[in-house]
Amino acid sequence: MKVFIALLIMGILTQNFVLSKFLGICPFLGVSKKINTAVGMSVAVIFVMCLATAVCYPINTLLEKNDLAYLQTIVFILVIAALVQLVEIVLRKYIPSLYKALGIYLPLITTNCAVLGVVVLNVDNVATFAESYAVNYGFAHAMVNSLAAGLGFMLAMVLFAGVRSRLEAADIPKFLQGLPITLIAASIVSVSFLGFGGIVEGFGLLTTV
Amino acid sequence: MAEKKSCVKEITKGFLRENPTMRLVLGTCPTLAVTTSVVNAIGMGLSATIVLICSNIAISALRKVIPSKVRIPAYIVIIASFVTVVQMIVKAFLPALDESLGIFLPLIVVNCIILGRAEAFASKNPVLLSACDGLGMGLGFTAALFCMGTVREVLGAGTFLAGIQDLVNIGGFTGFDFSEKITSIGLSPVTIFILPAGGFFVFGILMAITNKIAQGKGLPKAELHGCEHCPMAANCTRRTEQEATR
Repeated sequence: MKVFIALLIMGILTQNFVLSKFLGICPFLGVSKKINTAVGMSVAVIFVMCLATAVCYPINTLLEKNDLAYLQTIVFILVIAALVQLVEIVLRKYIPSLYKALGIYLPLITTNCAVLGVVVLNVDNVATFAESYAVNYGFAHAMVNSLAAGLGFMLAMVLFAGVRSRLEAADIPKFLQGLPITLIAASIVSVSFLGFGGIVEGFGLLTTV
Repeated sequence: MAEKKSCVKEITKGFLRENPTMRLVLGTCPTLAVTTSVVNAIGMGLSATIVLICSNIAISALRKVIPSKVRIPAYIVIIASFVTVVQMIVKAFLPALDESLGIFLPLIVVNCIILGRAEAFASKNPVLLSACDGLGMGLGFTAALFCMGTVREVLGAGTFLAGIQDLVNIGGFTGFDFSEKITSIGLSPVTIFILPAGGFFVFGILMAITNKIAQGKGLPKAELHGCEHCPMAANCTRRTEQEATR
């Protein structure tokens, strides 16, 4: 149980996907102008991340059993791409209201490094967690980690959308207008997340071996 | 002669006029993540360059064979294969680099520079020109990473080219280390520059500088107009937003 809480805190606060792992920067900068688009994009990301992990994690065990671990990259990206297409078709046919809300974001997510990143990280985590925390990292851990990563993405997106709406009204020196000031604002948001460092160890949720 | 000239043009455009990171704002994730040291930056840049050249050549050679409806999956498979090859080579010969790049090595697959160039250039141009474009873009990417890595490593860690011995062996050269000199005069390296926050900050400042230089040459400002180069452009929300306001 403790490990799951630790995974959630790490994913959302201390090792935020966007602000400290630098995954999914493109949507973070591109789709964060308004809060509602930021929320829509984030919900779609959470959904696809969990789905991708649910499918790719068993596939990876299969690959490793057959000594095909080197095919990981190709298999994962293809599975994610096919999955996103499938979800889009299913949503369009059966849940049109949800499709209307998330549909436009889904194709963007196929080549989003956050989704492939979380899948690859889950595979890497099996070895790291066994080695440094003596935790047997299984399917449930992978799913919680994906959920936490998605929620962390959402938190960063929504916070940053708020910052950007303020930025629009600010008087910015000409040479910093546009992307430069956006990046500097992102850096300040990232600094604020530094404050969460150490809470996982502090509460004794994960102990290093 | 004319072809030779345009080849040179394709290679040089990647440095400033169409620099993938600073001007086209593509591949931001690896740019921010691996530039904590110059050696990592160079390693990442060169790995991406190799993948970019190979995939550009393959896609350009196959451009008349691949049906346009399934072109994106086809490109992804080609790119992913080359990424796997590079990943294996790095793992075998440069294990230290593999360790420090971590998941960003397999993530070259989803680096928008590579898919973007495949879609915007290699799918429309002959093999030689596409190879030159790949080389130019790759070197431009490496140059941008090198600049960012230099600023972040010198300010943040007080070293330059530390760990170069893991990449190439130049007579036992292990990089410069000014950190002791800095501490001896009562200062310390500004650690925040190698933390994530410093990455965003340095990228912002460098982009402001390149904007200034580009402005002097009469070029437009860098915008997140990755859209034209992004294969998902047709579905992109930014584009739909822009069209709605027009």
